[in-house]
Amino acid sequence: MEIITADNLEKYFGTLAAVDGISFSVQRGEIFGFLGPNGAGKTTAMKMIHCVSKRTGGELRVFGMDTDTDPRQIKQRLGVVPQENNPDPDFTTFQNLTIYARYFGIPASEAEQRAEELLEFMQLSEKRDAPIETLSGGMKRRLIIARALMNEPELLILDEPTIGLDPQARHLIWEKLRHLRSLGCTLVMTTHYLDEAERLCDRLVIMNSGKILVEGSPAELVRQYAGEEIVEAAASPGTIACLKEQGVEFEVFGDTIQVQTSDPQNIARTLMESCRRERITVRRATLEDVFLKLTGRTLRE
Amino acid sequence: MAYGGLSEISRGALAVWRRNLDAFIKTYRVNFIPPFVEPLLYLLALGYGVGALIQDVDGIPYPIFIAPALVSISVMYSAFFECTYSSYVRMYYQKTFDAMIATPLSIEDVICGEILWGATRGTIYAALMIPVLFLFGVIDLPTSLLLIPFAFPAGILFSAIGMCFTAITPSIDALNYPAFLFITPMFLFSGTFFPISILPQALQYFAFGFLPLANVVNVNRAITMAEFSPMLLYNIVWVLLVALLFFIIALNLMKRRLVN
Repeated sequence: MEIITADNLEKYFGTLAAVDGISFSVQRGEIFGFLGPNGAGKTTAMKMIHCVSKRTGGELRVFGMDTDTDPRQIKQRLGVVPQENNPDPDFTTFQNLTIYARYFGIPASEAEQRAEELLEFMQLSEKRDAPIETLSGGMKRRLIIARALMNEPELLILDEPTIGLDPQARHLIWEKLRHLRSLGCTLVMTTHYLDEAERLCDRLVIMNSGKILVEGSPAELVRQYAGEEIVEAAASPGTIACLKEQGVEFEVFGDTIQVQTSDPQNIARTLMESCRRERITVRRATLEDVFLKLTGRTLRE
Repeated sequence: MAYGGLSEISRGALAVWRRNLDAFIKTYRVNFIPPFVEPLLYLLALGYGVGALIQDVDGIPYPIFIAPALVSISVMYSAFFECTYSSYVRMYYQKTFDAMIATPLSIEDVICGEILWGATRGTIYAALMIPVLFLFGVIDLPTSLLLIPFAFPAGILFSAIGMCFTAITPSIDALNYPAFLFITPMFLFSGTFFPISILPQALQYFAFGFLPLANVVNVNRAITMAEFSPMLLYNIVWVLLVALLFFIIALNLMKRRLVN
């Protein structure tokens, strides 16, 4: 069943196309990722899904409803974790949850019970009555996720859920997100951490300049666009000349040569025997290779 | 967008109002200082200090003349500042509005809740000032209790005007312009500390045609003096209509600012 359906979705700010005619669909119970460099249009796409940004063209339906005409009904059933933590600094951790529940019209007794459960779930019970300014970055992030779960959403929207967190906090959040998926919740997320996307996302799209470049599962995309293995070596003129002589296809990125291959042993042997042995490594191709290949290595913004 | 955005307001606005009330109660100690201290200071310095030099105003002792103005000023300041600096902090720095509109609340709910709260705060301050002024013997009870219900529409008026400035201000510092160029002159020239009747005729028309505080002071003074004239009806209708007008303008300006 389709939770989100976008058809030729567009968002123009004046003449600038932030989202330039994208089509995708998100199925119930999957984790769907939006990847792309800064300014690719990921956050704008997410904002249109949770009805705070109006589209300028195309179709967008969430739970089968139009985001233009039924924002209240849609927002009642989804949870949002914005890029920037925005807990309410005038209240404690627990009050942040109960006050947020009022915006959904959830009765107080029910809200209090759910708040206790979610503090437990996100491991924040110890900070129940703490003022917000005493919470660490990771705790604030967990609070924002707990807050987004107060209305028991069928769809959870996360804009860079683990940005700026230490590895412990990231692993905890990953575990919780996977647990939510197992409960039948649909998750849509953006991230700049490609290892995160590779671990979590069932399917993802890579965007650039407002358009979707590719769509697929992380494993499919890696196989299709980066091959199985990557052999890297230092980019000395000697090595480059040597590889050309051997007829091996390669790419140069800064001071590194990369060879995509399904036969890394052979390439590594060629490098070791015929060329100079300088910093030769063999590794599995990753989503990061796909990402850089498709969106280029030029710095954004 | 039917009815200037009014149709987009739901019961959710009360949740926004309640959030602000909860925050106010949480810091009640500091919030309850102004309504007790302000009338005290003004009455001592102006009412009895400056008042000692003045025989009376149209036969009214000076402290009694300024008492209804003090309530009006307090409503204006509390409502206007709540919906300018405080709302701006919630909107821009705390991102509270962003969090709210990610829930079923519409932007109109949020702005309506903020304005209702600004008016409520003004009303609370008016109510708290009444016992202080009564103890000084400058207002009579129970007639002066009518100051409380009128503080609410007056509060809506000043909150809505403030919210319009919040919607268009480029930064929190720029809110000083309306505060100093609009609110402060109004504080001095709205029949607060001297009667409007001593101004040139043209300025009198200007005051009752365009200055919210002049109309509010006139109503409040009629209440504390228990003297009701036909002019009063004009002042009340003016306050209600202009409050509604700025309320609708605030909804639309804020929508333009926050939804893109």
